[in-house]
Amino acid sequence: MKEKRDLKIQAIENGTVIDHITSGQALNVLRILGISSAFRATISFVMNASGARGRKDVVKIEGKELSVEEVNKIALISPKATINIIRDFQVVQKNNVVLPSYVEGVVRCKNSKCISNSSEPIESKFSVLQSEEGVSLHCLYCEHVISEDIAENLL
Amino acid sequence: MKDFSREEIDYVLDTAEKLEPVARGEKRSRLLDGKIVSLLFFEPSTRTRLSFEVAARRLGGQVLNLGSVEASSVMKGENLADTIRVISKYSDLIVLRHPLDGSARMAAEFTSVPLINGGDGSINHPTQTFLDLYTIRRESHLEGLKIAMAGDLKYGRTVHSLCHALSLYGAEMTFVSPPELRMPSEIVRVLRKQNIRVKETESLEEIIGDIDVLYMTRVQKERFPDPVEYEKVKNKLKVTGDLLKAAAPGLKVLHPLPRVNEISPDVDETPHACYFEQAFYGVPIRMALLALTIGVIE
Repeated sequence: MKEKRDLKIQAIENGTVIDHITSGQALNVLRILGISSAFRATISFVMNASGARGRKDVVKIEGKELSVEEVNKIALISPKATINIIRDFQVVQKNNVVLPSYVEGVVRCKNSKCISNSSEPIESKFSVLQSEEGVSLHCLYCEHVISEDIAENLL
Repeated sequence: MKDFSREEIDYVLDTAEKLEPVARGEKRSRLLDGKIVSLLFFEPSTRTRLSFEVAARRLGGQVLNLGSVEASSVMKGENLADTIRVISKYSDLIVLRHPLDGSARMAAEFTSVPLINGGDGSINHPTQTFLDLYTIRRESHLEGLKIAMAGDLKYGRTVHSLCHALSLYGAEMTFVSPPELRMPSEIVRVLRKQNIRVKETESLEEIIGDIDVLYMTRVQKERFPDPVEYEKVKNKLKVTGDLLKAAAPGLKVLHPLPRVNEISPDVDETPHACYFEQAFYGVPIRMALLALTIGVIE
């Protein structure tokens, strides 16, 4: 029984652990970070793990340290996530994700008539605003605002 | 339009006023002598295209027309980015009209010469807003203005953009429309937040005696699933000679044109009719924008 538990949340020797991901968003986190089968590192993740603050997802990337700037994009869908850099099984750096003020090529504009949804050689571009109502994305091309379903519109 | 401050808008309007005698053909100008202005219109817009062409020619510039989209490389599958890259090598300024939202902003990333948005998609048409403001300033006044906008306020991009611009001048605004074509609540909310006095009604009769400018827009049939409803609305929101009997003597009626039947022909000969002069004001405004953008006036 103990062996199974170890397998599920096994520690990594070196790399990055993204913890406290909003439950159910682990695969979207990988999408935002552009992590696919072509990525040269072993990735493991746990969904719906029990944590002190309720259920959460965890993603572990072995042998690769991601920069905080790189990972901050996931704050769009998981604002409480933390980024832990691991060296020799020790957490040497721990940061909360910070909502970036601008994202490019991460989210599809919901306006079907937006030029960023055509075959032009451009990436979608949004300024990111946070208000009492939550996070909203403002398309820098067509001015359309996405304030909900951000995860459903990931590229 | 939101990128412009009130000072910048005033500067464009002042420049247009100086150039108006040239636009009327009373004075000659060589401000754009030796300059080539390319008009890239990916959708038909006769008035905008012609007024840009007249504006460039009145200032002594040459005009390069893309011609019809069917005959161009666009039909061969060329994207807008490449078209812009190439045309910007051939000209000193580009005017772009395109059906997709945000196309002018994208084009600005690829052009090597200044580019003016001649209307993109269903949201932005800044030169129309400039000419509307210029018309109001020339024919009425911008300070302390009481304006009513009537017709399709839900989808009409000219009124959305005009609301924002007029808010910079503290105008008092009344929105007249059927419930299904009301001004988007977000725009009303933003205006009220800026302490703009906003009133909403369905009746022109109710407000006609208390405004300086009536800005009419076309109600499009395709917005109504039920043709009977369209007929009802169409006849309710109509400016007639009879309606204008209750108006202040100085009231001006504006319309971005083309009109269908929202302004009856008997209004045309009254001193209230301003829509044809408004179409002319597109020339000095576009002259000012061409000259300022190309840098021959600073």
